[in-house]
Amino acid sequence: MPRKTYVAAIQEALAEEMRRDDRVFLIGEDVRIGVFPSTRGLHAEFGDKRVIDTPISELAVAGAGIGAAVTGLRPIVDLMFGTFLYLAFDQIANQAGAMRYMYGGQTKVPLVFMVQNGAGSSAGHHHSQAVHQFFMNMPQIKVILPSSPYDGKGLLKSAIRDDNPVIFLHSLSLGGKRGEVPSDEYLVPIGVADVKRSGSDVTISAVGPTVYTALEAAEELATEGLEAEVIDLRSLSPWDKQTVLESVAKTGRFVAVDESFPTCSAASEWAATVAEEAFADLKAPVQRVTNADVPMPFSPVLEKAVLPSAADVVAAARKTLT
Amino acid sequence: MHHQDIPLEVVQDIYTRVLRIRRFEEEVGRLFRQGQLPGFVHLYIGEEAVAAGVCAALTDADTIISTHRGHGHVIAKGGDLKRMMAELFGKATGYCKGKGGSMHIADFDIGMLGAIGIVGGGMPISVGAGLSAWYTGSERVSVCFFGDGAANEGSFHESLNLASTLTLPVIFVCENNQYGEFTPALHAMNITDIADRAAGYGIPGLVADGTDAFEMYRLTKTAVERARGGGGPTLIEAKTHRRGSHAEGEEAFLGGQKYRSDEEMAAAQAKDPLLLLHTYVSENDILPAAKLETLDAEITQSVAEAVDAARDGPSPEVESLFEDLWV
Ligand SMILES: Cc1ncc(C[n+]2csc(CCOP(=O)(O)OP(=O)(O)O)c2C)c(N)n1
Ligand SMILES: [Mg+2]
Repeated sequence: MPRKTYVAAIQEALAEEMRRDDRVFLIGEDVRIGVFPSTRGLHAEFGDKRVIDTPISELAVAGAGIGAAVTGLRPIVDLMFGTFLYLAFDQIANQAGAMRYMYGGQTKVPLVFMVQNGAGSSAGHHHSQAVHQFFMNMPQIKVILPSSPYDGKGLLKSAIRDDNPVIFLHSLSLGGKRGEVPSDEYLVPIGVADVKRSGSDVTISAVGPTVYTALEAAEELATEGLEAEVIDLRSLSPWDKQTVLESVAKTGRFVAVDESFPTCSAASEWAATVAEEAFADLKAPVQRVTNADVPMPFSPVLEKAVLPSAADVVAAARKTLT
Repeated sequence: MHHQDIPLEVVQDIYTRVLRIRRFEEEVGRLFRQGQLPGFVHLYIGEEAVAAGVCAALTDADTIISTHRGHGHVIAKGGDLKRMMAELFGKATGYCKGKGGSMHIADFDIGMLGAIGIVGGGMPISVGAGLSAWYTGSERVSVCFFGDGAANEGSFHESLNLASTLTLPVIFVCENNQYGEFTPALHAMNITDIADRAAGYGIPGLVADGTDAFEMYRLTKTAVERARGGGGPTLIEAKTHRRGSHAEGEEAFLGGQKYRSDEEMAAAQAKDPLLLLHTYVSENDILPAAKLETLDAEITQSVAEAVDAARDGPSPEVESLFEDLWV
């Protein structure tokens, strides 16, 4: 199987879906030249009409995506950094997610918002936040945060074909990561987790870059004779509760790892669900490993210290085992 | 370009500010290429006349708000090169103790209320600084620097209208360097002069040659007088050029894609604000060559000292993560 970067996998997904369905188009700032190389080359193939550069006007661009979606198109709105979604918050929170329900099922909003998520390049608070947790909090918005090129491509294709608004987040720190991507067409379904490593002693759930943190922690735990099961959630809303609960039924221990502000993080939701629905299986209190509860600092030493580390995950896992 | 109405000491002051920004930014570019700086840096080379001319017309009490391309604004307002450079290195000795970085430098003691990495993010805050000046009966004016790209954000329109309706002492300085990242301003709006938008909010909109530091100074003085006299906000559009990359390292990143022509770059080079200023003061015998050389040597030296101090400075302690939280 060919090995490709995450960015290349995303580019392939966009191109394939645009070839398949001419209602699909890409709109955003500098998508032609490609601020993030994932949109590069699409303009050459699809032209001005289907790869649209916009002024720096996130609110209007997001809203235009919604308007186009409810009138029959399938827009992909690239807003560059996750933090720029904040400028479009009204259109996403008040409109995109609610329209179908609020108008009694008269419409649907097939729309993808695509952004980079999270830290890892020492760019300071305005360019380094993970934002997925905010959108998990909104009813009727799908949120996906894949960790590998394979999942990135397969999930993005599913997102584009989905009839609902989907926030597709790709991690800044994983852009150059390589992995196997089949040449043949495939989809990865939204809402299905992937068990990355099986084990019987403790369940560790993670998403995006923290999947690698969790796997590193699992290796470390294995040297102590402890086998961790690592689950990559891949989708955050809806999320694969079943896979997590089944794993916890086996291990009786649960650590939730997530790169976001701790309060109301993805980890909070997983931990609460496990506490609520798998209480009888638990042999120890659930643990959460998240960012430190501070704005993202610039200095590399501080940025690193804010983010969940493998050592943090190991420590949390040990806590469930003692 | 002329300086007839500008006192000699102000001419010299403006020249010094332009040169200080240029030498600082050149060094930052070198450091970035050598891989010594974390994160992204957006240099102000080619746009120095704007910040220098504007800030020379302000008092220390007046405030400014800046952008992702903010080093020049900090320096023009009188910022300390050592603390700036240390911040770019992410050191504890930096302006923000290493927590801010290139896109978030602030010096509240000199009225520099912060650089902001979100395009257009500073505009409403500058209105608030004007609001507090009006509220307290202060003479202070609030200056907001922003780009041509930012003029397409909702915050631009809301801020101009709000400042106008409340008649606040705010000066909106649009640095029209012709591009927002790789998109030409003319592809992102169907007007040539952003200053025209002022009419929609009932305030004066002035077009300035942003490569002419004297003109920037002159127009700012007019706007400051108007603001201090209770006349409300002004929009000044400075036509300028970004000589280098959008963000340093752009060539590698773009992988051979070009978005500006060689002719355009050559024209910008010919209108380089430092070159223009240097030629003007030399040819008109305003500042003697020897003095200019000494000044350059002093500034170059102070930049070098800032780099040494930044390199030698301590990195932040991990414990400092939990400092400067809720007061
Ligand atoms: C809200 C927001 N959208 C997009 C960006 C990405 N971005 C950073 S700088 C920039 C271009 C800004 O152009 P302009 O305002 O003209 O300033 P210049 O870089 O030319 O100084 C863009 C789009 C951002 N930082 N914030
Ligand atoms: Mg610009």
